[in-house]
Amino acid sequence: MRECIPLYIDAAGVTVLVAFFGVLGSLLVGFLLSVVRFFKVPVLSNVSGIYIELARNTPLIVQLYFIYYGLPKVGIRFSSLTTAIIGLVFLGSAYMAESFRSAFEVISKDQSEAASALGMSRIKVMLLIILPQSLPVAVPSLTANTIFLVKETSVVSIVALMDLMNLAKDIIALYYKTNEALFMLVVAYALILLPISLFAHFVEKRVKYAH
Amino acid sequence: MLISLPPELTVIFEGNNFLRLLGGLWTSVSIALFALIIAIPLGIILGCLQSMKLPLISAILKFYLEFVRIMPQLVLLFLVFFTSAKTFGIDISGYASAVVVFGFWGVAEIMDLVRGAIDSVPRTQIEAATSLGMRHLQVQYLVTLPFTVRQLIPQLINLITRMVKTTSLVVLIGVVEVLKVGQQIIDANRFTTAPELAFWVYLVIFLLYFLACWPLTIFASWLEKKLK
Repeated sequence: MRECIPLYIDAAGVTVLVAFFGVLGSLLVGFLLSVVRFFKVPVLSNVSGIYIELARNTPLIVQLYFIYYGLPKVGIRFSSLTTAIIGLVFLGSAYMAESFRSAFEVISKDQSEAASALGMSRIKVMLLIILPQSLPVAVPSLTANTIFLVKETSVVSIVALMDLMNLAKDIIALYYKTNEALFMLVVAYALILLPISLFAHFVEKRVKYAH
Repeated sequence: MLISLPPELTVIFEGNNFLRLLGGLWTSVSIALFALIIAIPLGIILGCLQSMKLPLISAILKFYLEFVRIMPQLVLLFLVFFTSAKTFGIDISGYASAVVVFGFWGVAEIMDLVRGAIDSVPRTQIEAATSLGMRHLQVQYLVTLPFTVRQLIPQLINLITRMVKTTSLVVLIGVVEVLKVGQQIIDANRFTTAPELAFWVYLVIFLLYFLACWPLTIFASWLEKKLK
């Protein structure tokens, strides 16, 4: 099995790559969605509401099948890696948007009204009043979402990406080394997820004191 | 007809294709249901145990929870499905191993929900009840229980939604569920007059999942507001 270790490192690279861009994209898109919802921007607010409900109430695997096998039939084609990241961002941004939304609700309406009465623009109200106060509140659920999304990357093997899951499946099929392959798989995921989980605990503690 | 349906949609509703899709969805939903039947009572018992904070047992349960939490569900499915046959020589079906995995996962999650709910009962409430002369069991029954249940139910429904969504993974260990049925329909109609069938089939599956999970999500958030 020793010769398989480099393969696992490569595959872990794919998993981490997808997870990194997926989480980053989810945070960005999720934040934008929640801002649009927060200010009740006419049409956009309704659209993002529907988007959030659709993305949150369907499994990632179904979303990936649709993007990878369904959309090419109507002429929209993405590479495996792009599909995986788009799928993860589609799912993740809805979860992140919900986290931001519930954190924004903690800050009382009076504050944003007072700020706009002072002549602040909406962007300023968001960046200077709402965000600094609600970010510490949002952190625990944002980190939980991050861990959830990293775990969700395990299904990207269905769009023909050589991630950890796909590699383990191949090694089982090729060499019949089931236990060894699965053991390495568990170790690899633990090595990726434990540091993230510990870091999340650390950040949550710091934020709690700041609160 | 003023609006003509695309031929792909007629294929989906042809014969018993749509019923088969629904049957496939039921397969994964039933896995979640079986898992919950095991997980709810066991999870509640272990959650109560966990809230007592017994040194050794608490550490073991915590380890179990963290392991289940940190491993992707798909990894757990692979672990049970492949090692049961390879190492223990037990040939269990993909369906059965899915029930085992989701049962295990459910127990861990429900255990943590119950512990969290019990821990969140304000100390002052318990102290007030005790100072009124209630006995330990009375406090548990009249103060802790109603408070805990109120917190628990919306979270439990959210967990059920999550579980229904996650059981879609069983297609990867060879269980014939909605995605697999979809593939079969697409393959069977490969050479017919429905070139864009894959698009419509996966869209329909997407919407089916949405229709299965969305009402639960709405119900959970409504309950949460109401019980507060």
